[in-house]
Amino acid sequence: MLHRLPVGVKLAGLAAACTVLLLLRSPWAMAVAVGVVVLLFAVARVGVAAAWAQVRPVRWFAVALFGMQLVFADLPSAVLVTSRVVLAVALAGLVTLTTRTSAMMTALERGLSPLRRVGVDPFRLSLLLSLTIRSVPVIADLAARVREAQRARGVEWSMRAFAVPLVVGALRHADALGEALSARGLDD
Amino acid sequence: MIELVDVRVRLGQREVLRGVSASLAERRVGVIGANGSGKSTLARLFNGLAVPTSGRVTVLGEDTRRQAARIRRRVGFLFTDPDAQIVMPTVAEDVAFSLRRKKLPGEEVRHRVETMLARYGLAGHADHPAHQLSGGQKQLLALCSVLVLEPEILVMDEPTTLLDLRHSRQVAEALRALPMQVIVVTHDLPLLEGFDRVLVLDEGQVVADGTPESAIGHYRKLMA
Repeated sequence: MLHRLPVGVKLAGLAAACTVLLLLRSPWAMAVAVGVVVLLFAVARVGVAAAWAQVRPVRWFAVALFGMQLVFADLPSAVLVTSRVVLAVALAGLVTLTTRTSAMMTALERGLSPLRRVGVDPFRLSLLLSLTIRSVPVIADLAARVREAQRARGVEWSMRAFAVPLVVGALRHADALGEALSARGLDD
Repeated sequence: MIELVDVRVRLGQREVLRGVSASLAERRVGVIGANGSGKSTLARLFNGLAVPTSGRVTVLGEDTRRQAARIRRRVGFLFTDPDAQIVMPTVAEDVAFSLRRKKLPGEEVRHRVETMLARYGLAGHADHPAHQLSGGQKQLLALCSVLVLEPEILVMDEPTTLLDLRHSRQVAEALRALPMQVIVVTHDLPLLEGFDRVLVLDEGQVVADGTPESAIGHYRKLMA
């Protein structure tokens, strides 16, 4: 059902849900919110592994945030603040999981179309969004290859030996991508 | 039809192409040569990705220096690395992306994408993430994304270099069935079997031009 909802409705829903999360003041209300989010993932038929993949990137940030809130405030505040961040990230991930990038691009283009009058090209901005999403696995793959090469040469702890080839590779990829977009007639 | 008249290309201090002239009207044209001989630069001239420093390149009657954007819409280009040309996260979305600026109705886009993916054996992968495809499948996806625009000429820059034997064969089979003029820059000599004409480049100049047998023979001697 979530997959079929229009993108605009999902984005508006996400904004509303995040606002509600900010307004929640009791850990019990937050527990209900957790239940609702879990229910939404179940309705969208997103498996546990895919759901965990959405919040995994913020796990250490969440742990640090919880610890700091515990030290500088109290346990209920730590639970509330950390849950807010994790649930907002999970909901944003749910929107991404249930929405095609092309649909997101179309919605973004439509939403940004009034900016055409001030010289903004909505197509370029929506393209930027899609390229960002597409670049994540490419850069991750590049980082894995650089790490492997480092290991093979026995310099796995050198930050410089990791960062330099990664940045050079990413810039090369950006160059090639730009050329490929031109070749597909998308530069005019 | 592609026409080059005394084409020179200088990149920094280096002259990459030195006075290349040729008329390419054959259905299948191959370009071979050592690394750094100017092959990829020559390929880029054919759809206006590169322009000559001096001389003239005319593609389908249009000067690439003045009409580069128009020529790019008529001449498809397939790069060596498919990862660098796949723009969208999923297979079907990437093919559909090529059609965005044509402003076609959604149903027509869907039909064209499905037809193209079915033709190249990717129909079952339509909703899969593009980065999870094998190297050969990625190259076929990149080919679909170019062909869905129905180009009049297709330029392929070392399309099989990163592929294993099976996937190279897949690309070669796809190439043979294409209806338009195809120009292939390659190190993969068996790929040129049945081609009408092959050019050999060396240090920015065409040093041999003829049938695949004669041109490849010349190339082998050059590399010996």
